[in-house]
Amino acid sequence: MSFLDLKNVTKIYPNGTKAVHETSLSVDEGEFMVFVGPSGCGKSTLLRMVAGLEDITEGDINLDGKLINEVDPSERDVAMVFQNYALYPHMNVYNNLAYGLKNRGIDKETIEQKVNDAAKLLQISDYLQRKPSMLSGGQRQRVAMGRAIVRNPKIFLFDEPLSNLDAKLRIQMRLEIKKLQQKVGVTSIFVTHDQVEAMTLADRLAVINNGIIEQLGTPIEIYDNPKSLFVAGFIGSPQMNFLDGNIKNKTLSAEGFEIKDIDSDFEGEVKLGIRPEHLSQRENSLINLKVDLVEQLGSDNLVYGQLKDKKDFCYRCPGNLTIEKGADLSLNIENNKYYIFDKSTGKRVN
Amino acid sequence: MTRFITSSFSHLILLIGILIMVVPVWMIFASSTHTSSMINMNGLQILLGDSFYENYLRVLLYQGGFFKEITALKMFFNSFIMATGVAILSVVTSLMAAYALVYYRIKYATLLFWIIFITILVPLELRIFPTYSVMAELNLVNSYFGLIVPISASAIATLFFRQFYKTVPDELLESAKLDGANTWRFFVDFLIPLSKTMIVAMLIFMFVFGYNQYLWPLLVTTSEQYWTVVMGLKMMSGSIVHRFAFVMMSMVPPILIIIVLQKYFIKGVFQDK
Ligand SMILES: Nc1ncnc2c1ncn2[C@@H]1O[C@H](COP(=O)(O)OP(=O)(O)OP(=O)(O)O)[C@@H](O)[C@H]1O
Ligand SMILES: [Mg+2]
Repeated sequence: MSFLDLKNVTKIYPNGTKAVHETSLSVDEGEFMVFVGPSGCGKSTLLRMVAGLEDITEGDINLDGKLINEVDPSERDVAMVFQNYALYPHMNVYNNLAYGLKNRGIDKETIEQKVNDAAKLLQISDYLQRKPSMLSGGQRQRVAMGRAIVRNPKIFLFDEPLSNLDAKLRIQMRLEIKKLQQKVGVTSIFVTHDQVEAMTLADRLAVINNGIIEQLGTPIEIYDNPKSLFVAGFIGSPQMNFLDGNIKNKTLSAEGFEIKDIDSDFEGEVKLGIRPEHLSQRENSLINLKVDLVEQLGSDNLVYGQLKDKKDFCYRCPGNLTIEKGADLSLNIENNKYYIFDKSTGKRVN
Repeated sequence: MTRFITSSFSHLILLIGILIMVVPVWMIFASSTHTSSMINMNGLQILLGDSFYENYLRVLLYQGGFFKEITALKMFFNSFIMATGVAILSVVTSLMAAYALVYYRIKYATLLFWIIFITILVPLELRIFPTYSVMAELNLVNSYFGLIVPISASAIATLFFRQFYKTVPDELLESAKLDGANTWRFFVDFLIPLSKTMIVAMLIFMFVFGYNQYLWPLLVTTSEQYWTVVMGLKMMSGSIVHRFAFVMMSMVPPILIIIVLQKYFIKGVFQDK
């Protein structure tokens, strides 16, 4: 059994909303697991069941070899960082960090030592006497982290802790969280709906949709090998292009072009997925793109345009290529990196 | 220029308001420092006289009542005990009632709350006889307990605390739980400090409420030993200056409470910002 083990966990809220369906998942000790998915898919619910803040309707959760379904949150030895930090407004930073330790009956000197160590690690030593209202967003974030770290819990739970920060700070804190987690080595679950955050932080990633884990794997596995239409569309930025098509006798015909000898026995209506970064310009290739708009990101250009059938399409090319608006490009799919999904079920078929 | 005119105008209105409120009080005070023959002959006075100590000391120590066994000093003591008791007891019970209503999974909590709330519509005067008979049954007539307890359940304070608790974000509770706080610790370490300002405001409010009680103390005390200041005001006989002096002194405790507690009240408000 691994460190954290969820077995057929289901959550039905009293009003009948089924937020999590029979989900099974295991997290190894020291692993950084990320739950990613669109708003309302049940990420927070799953996390809060691990924390003990929501009852488990069905299924079992084991932490460190112990069934914790009925264990009170205060006894679970988990720490959680909330989206709005939930700092204690009437306590200064020191007491915010120390509160959990005091409740565990630890003696004063040890508490002081631990708080100071954590404060140093997070560079908040200078603010220990301040109230949370006198801190900036980034500093509050650190205090929230500090409160989790100082207790040395079995598991860290993060519920979109970065979403209240501005873009630059978010990237910085993202890095720091990752570094910190590696340094402290505590098992962590991080919830986000930002796929870049998910990719960069995760050891493993669970892509959740409608209360179900659609796919579980390392970020690269999921990027390279999405198992469903949903995962393919959700992971990767800019989003994967999807075209309607039809397969007959191993030949896929999409609007305007055909791919022969595909690696699938499927027949019928499909979606063809092509990542913008898996394309290159070559004379007389399959895909003809009429350029509408070019976004220059410096290192890359994002070229947006339309195919013959007016379908929107995106192509990502190196930043040193100059592409004019209105140009006609002929694009080749590199190394046959394309994905085919059953149109009715969304399952990958190649 | 126009701003100067409007602001002096509004100041003028305020000044007039203050005068209207203060002058009568001042006149009673000034009159209370004269001899009674002076007042009887010349009416109310604006200027201070020189019988302040004489009048006030006499009022404080005079043995009044039918059996001549109560002094004003004792009445102040009684009123103070009663008002403080009512203030503390009602704030404590409302804090806890609101806590239970908001944070415990009580069936029909909202309904229960509204039932409590409806009691506001039933003034003490309406339920005074049943309340009295309960107290009589329990042998609590002529006791501080009997003076304090029946008027110490405050639906208004419960309402205020309940509304305040409802604005406290759930994450705070959840966070505290994960930090190992049980329900009691959450109440003591979080809700009480967070509602400090409101607690002080309620203490003032309920102190004045308890201090101003008239009908209930009148009913539940037969022994003069338990007379309160407000009862004394009504019962007081004697010369006019002594009554004036007593009226003046009866205003002191509520004012004092406000002055003392307002410091914390304002501090609380500023700290929360
Ligand atoms: N207390 C509740 N009572 C009833 N339904 C709820 C409750 N909390 C959440 N839900 C529902 O459960 C589903 C999952 O909610 P959840 O908060 O887990 O989503 P999420 O993935 O965290 O979304 P977000 O990214 O917006 O935070 C949603 O459909 C939501 O409406
Ligand atoms: Mg959420």
